[in-house]
Amino acid sequence: MSDTTTTIEQAPAEVSGRPIRLDDVTKRYPGQTKPAVDGITLEIPAGKVVMFVGPSGCGKTTTLKMINRLIEPTTGRIVLGDEDVTAIDGDELRRRIGYVIQAGGLFPHMTVATNIGLVPKMLGWDKERIAARVDELLELVSLDPDTYRDRYPRELSGGQQQRVGVARALAADPPVLLMDEPFGAVDPITRQRLQDELIRIQDEVQKTMVIVTHDFDEAVKLGDWIVVFEEGARIVQYDTPERILAEPANEFVENFIGSGAGLKQLTLRRVRDVDVASAVTVSPGTSGKDALQKAENAGHGHVVVVDERERPLQWLSRRQLARIETIDAKADPALPVVGSSATLNDALDTMLVSSAGAALVTGRRDRFEGVIDVETVMDAIRDARANAANSEGAPVGMNSGSIGLTPSLVAAGEAAQVAPDAGSDSAAGAAGSTEGTTDTERGAAG
Amino acid sequence: MSDTATRVESSRKSGWRLLIIQIVAILAVLAAVCIWITVAPLSATERGTLAPAALWNSTVQHLSLTFVSGVIVLVIAIPLGVLLTRGPLRKASGPILAIANFGQAAPAIGLVVLLSVFISSGYWASITALVLYAALPVLRNTMLGIRAVDQRLIEAGRGMGMSAAAVLFRVELPLAVPVMLSGVRTALVLLVGTATLAAFVNGGGLGLLITTGVSLYLYSVLIAGAVIVALLALVVDWAGRVVEHVARPKGL
Repeated sequence: MSDTTTTIEQAPAEVSGRPIRLDDVTKRYPGQTKPAVDGITLEIPAGKVVMFVGPSGCGKTTTLKMINRLIEPTTGRIVLGDEDVTAIDGDELRRRIGYVIQAGGLFPHMTVATNIGLVPKMLGWDKERIAARVDELLELVSLDPDTYRDRYPRELSGGQQQRVGVARALAADPPVLLMDEPFGAVDPITRQRLQDELIRIQDEVQKTMVIVTHDFDEAVKLGDWIVVFEEGARIVQYDTPERILAEPANEFVENFIGSGAGLKQLTLRRVRDVDVASAVTVSPGTSGKDALQKAENAGHGHVVVVDERERPLQWLSRRQLARIETIDAKADPALPVVGSSATLNDALDTMLVSSAGAALVTGRRDRFEGVIDVETVMDAIRDARANAANSEGAPVGMNSGSIGLTPSLVAAGEAAQVAPDAGSDSAAGAAGSTEGTTDTERGAAG
Repeated sequence: MSDTATRVESSRKSGWRLLIIQIVAILAVLAAVCIWITVAPLSATERGTLAPAALWNSTVQHLSLTFVSGVIVLVIAIPLGVLLTRGPLRKASGPILAIANFGQAAPAIGLVVLLSVFISSGYWASITALVLYAALPVLRNTMLGIRAVDQRLIEAGRGMGMSAAAVLFRVELPLAVPVMLSGVRTALVLLVGTATLAAFVNGGGLGLLITTGVSLYLYSVLIAGAVIVALLALVVDWAGRVVEHVARPKGL
């Protein structure tokens, strides 16, 4: 996730998303004493995926629907880019914001193409342009246009319907995409595939996405930022997945993460993100004695046998070398190998299975790159915790309605999401105050 | 996937086959009745009442009663049904359904006679009674059909920026069409049968044959009238099914 941040900072032109700001937004339903959403102030950075998680009924969906004003806020402002959209025509606003619901929400009496073309048609595009856009989007979501264009939704599987739903939301190239439990209605395998697909699509389109989910693992997998809500849409923690896993703000978040937070953290980092140790390599045909000498000189306990294209064949210890006359070119089928794009979780798994306590890392075209061991993984976790502690440019998220919120967060101090004085600032409702707060916090963080 | 497509296709085809068999059977019975009228040993009075011109007249009158009241029912009940599913008016749906239920539950004959006291023209008294009688199925099915539309589809429509009216006309009504049409068909079939009661208040129609047959003990006239009314009801039902079949939104 953190590497995405740097990419975007380096190439801001690619981001087609726009930031969203909720400014002291409250939703109160008539006849209810407690507001459904209580004075939420939330900054959603452009081109990022922000996940809303929380128990059911916590107001996360209400908050999402207030962004496109499907639910009108009782008080507060919604700012999209630089534009205050609190008072503009709701239908007009929603045509500029993609919206995906569970199971896609496709209209069963319209073909796939008609479904996707609805918003462009409302925006007055001509037929050729709509048809071209439909085909382009079907390709983007990996559906063959010629096969699927004229089908009706009931002729598609759940996963395909969901893809079309995403394509429909992207139809008019909106800067912002809102998704309400998008993958809730599909089986786990399809869900995983759709999540991977969404990550790929997001790499391509760089929209600002807000996704509501109750699945914390999904939030960790998809999110650049995660907002953990509790009842009344109170923000308990608004942070990167790394930091939420490393330092849950309180017991509530801990419980929500569930067991295995450490392991979940390992899925966030990839082998290529950590420093792998170098190793002594020899090619087949070398005599055991020479190889042993080489290992001793380097002070290593093992040598890696690689073929002419530098693909690892065997991994031999000094003791094994001492007994070998000449090293042959046989490939060891039980060799613990991980790709550099594998997650640390996968790497650890490989090590444990091979009982070697380490694994060989291969890069492009299976070329040998180095050795990763358990200590490297442990270091990476420690590193992640240290990095998380000074995560830079954290967006603002707070419930300004009350000062006494989430004391543990305030106590946490570093890169404080909630500065007590910022709360009262924003409660005053001044437009500039939120930005001011951000700057202050960035300063504090840096 | 293509499995589903072919299944939809084949169910459509078998639907048509059934419809064709239905109309052929109805026409065959009608032909038999016509032949029977021409060849049966009838008395002079019977022959006079069942003369082709008189018969045709009654049939046309009957159909006019049916369709005029039917059109009025549609014009009133469909918009009313739609309105009763809209936001603030939803609360009124209970009382209005109760009134419609009353119209349906009240004995049609009583309604016809009662209204003829207030309305001098037998024809219009009958029409009024028929409208009251047949409004319920259309009203109820319009409401049910629209309410049965998946809320998430409405939310999806609104969420992508369709106006409330656009969602109604492009999503809710098309999806409600099958249920609404079956309500209309039920209403029309009811109307064909109930329109016979117009004869009691001088409203005309095929009911004349039945009342004449009963009061003058002319059984052949009675039977002819009853059978023709039944066939008419079947034809109307058949026409309704054809419309339903054609108007059913694709993809459902």
